[in-house]
Amino acid sequence: MISNSLSDKPVGVIGAGNFGTVIANILAINRPVLLYARNGHTVKHINHKRENRHHAIHSNITAVNDLAKIARECDVIFPMVPSAHFRAMMKSLSPFLQPYHILIHGTKGFDVTLPEGETIDSMPVLDRNSVKTMSEVIREESVVVRIGCLAGPNLSKELAQRQPAATVIASHFDEVIQTGKKLLRNDRFQVYENHDIVGVEIAGVLKNIIAIAAGALSGLGYGENAKGLLVSRGAVEMIYLGRALGGDVKAFLGVAGIGDLVTTCNSPLSRNFTVGYRLAKGEKLDDILNDMGEIAEGVNTIQIAKKCADHYKIRALITDRLYKVLFEGMTVEAALDFLMRFPLSADIDFI
Amino acid sequence: MEILEEKKNKNKPYKPILEDIPDWPVYQLSKNRTEFIQEVTKNTLERIKALRPHRKQLTDDLEATVYREQNRIKRNRWRADPADDSRFWSGIKGELVELGNKSQEEADKATDSILERIVHRYASEIAGNFKQTSYRFARSVIKFGFLRLLNGTRIKKFGAFFRNRYTLRDKIQIVGKVKMIRSLARQGTVVMVPTHFSNLDSILIGWVIHSMGLPAFIYGAGLNLFNIKIIAYFMNSLGAYKVDRRKKNLPYLETLKMYSNLAIQKGAHSLFFPGGTRSRSGKIEKQLKLGLLSTAIEAQRSLYMAEGEPKKVFVVPVTLNYHCVLEAPEMIEDYLQVKGQDRYFPEQDKYGSFGLIKFLFKFFSNPSSISVSIGPGLDVMGNYVDEKGNSLDNTGRIIDTRDYFVSNGDISIDRQREDEYTRMLSQRIVTEYHKINRVFASHLVAFVGFQMWQKKHPKLDLFSLLRLPEEELELDYQEFKTVFKKVRKQIYLMKENGKIHYATHLKGKTDGAIQRGLDNVGVFHLNRPLLKNKKGNIITKDLSLLYYYHNRLVGYDLEQFI
Repeated sequence: MISNSLSDKPVGVIGAGNFGTVIANILAINRPVLLYARNGHTVKHINHKRENRHHAIHSNITAVNDLAKIARECDVIFPMVPSAHFRAMMKSLSPFLQPYHILIHGTKGFDVTLPEGETIDSMPVLDRNSVKTMSEVIREESVVVRIGCLAGPNLSKELAQRQPAATVIASHFDEVIQTGKKLLRNDRFQVYENHDIVGVEIAGVLKNIIAIAAGALSGLGYGENAKGLLVSRGAVEMIYLGRALGGDVKAFLGVAGIGDLVTTCNSPLSRNFTVGYRLAKGEKLDDILNDMGEIAEGVNTIQIAKKCADHYKIRALITDRLYKVLFEGMTVEAALDFLMRFPLSADIDFI
Repeated sequence: MEILEEKKNKNKPYKPILEDIPDWPVYQLSKNRTEFIQEVTKNTLERIKALRPHRKQLTDDLEATVYREQNRIKRNRWRADPADDSRFWSGIKGELVELGNKSQEEADKATDSILERIVHRYASEIAGNFKQTSYRFARSVIKFGFLRLLNGTRIKKFGAFFRNRYTLRDKIQIVGKVKMIRSLARQGTVVMVPTHFSNLDSILIGWVIHSMGLPAFIYGAGLNLFNIKIIAYFMNSLGAYKVDRRKKNLPYLETLKMYSNLAIQKGAHSLFFPGGTRSRSGKIEKQLKLGLLSTAIEAQRSLYMAEGEPKKVFVVPVTLNYHCVLEAPEMIEDYLQVKGQDRYFPEQDKYGSFGLIKFLFKFFSNPSSISVSIGPGLDVMGNYVDEKGNSLDNTGRIIDTRDYFVSNGDISIDRQREDEYTRMLSQRIVTEYHKINRVFASHLVAFVGFQMWQKKHPKLDLFSLLRLPEEELELDYQEFKTVFKKVRKQIYLMKENGKIHYATHLKGKTDGAIQRGLDNVGVFHLNRPLLKNKKGNIITKDLSLLYYYHNRLVGYDLEQFI
């Protein structure tokens, strides 16, 4: 039985990036929020200027720079930090966490732990012993077991404008799902439930691959037929990869799978899309990444997914070609040409 | 983990932690047997009514129960079944039919009464019958009998490795966290969860518990064992309660779980074989049965909700390691027959009282030893505990197990959450099994032999491989030795990383270790799974059996080193 009235303890959000700030604002409609920022200046800025990254800050939000305080005062915490920093953040937070805490993260990315001296480049293949989802990182690094994940087509900008949107909360625990639902749900934000947390996490990560491909098609000047082809075949490829990595087909057909995929493939402003677009225009990956200053999550994902596909012997044609484009100097045209000529027959063979 | 060397083990008896049997929780339980059965019945009724709030749902379940029970009586009757079985169930069937002619209120009442009688019947059947006098008697008979058998039959087969003076402690080595389990048993309730390879396990573990100085545990013993009169006597006197795997109906399963749950709450140390049944394949259990395991978690939560100083429940994984499992030939046949078909294993009893004595004779006349590894204590969430019983996180920080059941500051009852916890606990136990598993030379020779043959025939699937004529299988000894050495080195490395343990006899000169392995692997069987031929090369007389013994080391990714 899950009690109906949540106490009015504050809710924690860790990470004051775009998405973290927007989620904090949504949570603040129902409850006081403690928003953690790594940077002391950001904390001051948020608390005094009531603004962060061009988002107005809800009056219920207090920015803090103290993880111990968050853990002490909040039962429910939403970690929203990039996957590259996630494990380090968990290591600092873990000493303050207790088994009663509930963690619902919103990070889309893999964590890769390698033997000393190795890099992702130097590993011929990767398997699930070294590639982890964020919920698995939380389990490894802390005593928290009631873990959830937030995924779906959630562009920060649109959420901030209170445009209609939906998300999925995935967890093995009904309690976590219901808690997350109560905290997040409002008349502009629909929340769906899923028990396959790993599937939902993986769907959220793998869609980044297809986003780069969508950018590439657009860069070549192709239209909607091509995109329809990509989205549908991309979804199938995500399912193949996802199953090999421990997800269930269903997660990929829902809001966090197809839903997020369609959104990402249609948002030309996203970093992944931009990488693909500029590659198709003939630019080199290094130049593009230098320009952007920030790494596009999809580039990493392609590398990891390709090496996992090789290990689990999965046919992932799109990923494989993108890998060749990014790291082996193949042109986008040649990659596309290969895909169009590849003899395939069955449309759907996984249901 | 402190390993008590084989040598140190003997001549060091553990003092009982509770001297007087009347202090034992299991004794208290059976002294108040009638009251306890009442309590189990009452709580089970409440549980079932919560699960089936509408009478229609409940009567559907009752009808299914009657149908299955009558089927069981017709198809699969056992000696241990009560004489009035058939009468009781046809009576219930009649009453269920009558329900239709009754008014709403009367029918509700009648349904409750039917359910109560069924549950009460099950509870009485399950309940153990521990008696102080017969426990003492049984204990001394077992001790005396075993010793006589041991010394009466000791035939000098080879002397280099095994000592000449035989005591039960030479035969059965107890290694691992003995001190810890003794300490935990003083502070809380211990739930011991051993691997299950042989029917001998139940008797063996009873002796192990006694010899560690612990009070008798209650066990869930298969009702089929009670078909054999001698075993039934010992089981009863050692604190066993009965588990009937033929009965899969809702009232039975809930009664059984409630029995275990309440017994744990009352502080009765308990033992389940969480694999449910003997491992037919010889592999360490990967999938555990969650039913009884969930009672440990539920009991712990109830204890936290109760008033007063909360008692803690500790889960202790145990692995039993044999050179030879008597039932291996039949079990591996069963396994191969049903592999991929998901068929149910018929419970057969090939051994009557005479068969058992014959088995014991074989067992003791053979120098092959057995070891029992006692794992570290875990809390019900699978966290390690220290000797004081505190739960620790990965970094060694003390955490409160109670917090796992807390929601918004208070303990709450959430079945879905506890189901998930049960799954997590079962995974932890499996991991722990692999860590405390103790590799014998016999396991390793079997693993290396089978894997080498598999590798020589990479195109063949398991069944085609097993169909190869045994005469065609021969491994060059030098080649075998090289691979053995390589894999053994890996096992040493894994031990350093805490992933596995091995028996001291695995060490030493490679030739010697191989010889000890070959001498011991499946020694009781008519066809030896692995041996040397005249040329000194490695051959097999029964590849399926070899597969069985090889399976013990499956799941460690050792295949890559072949």
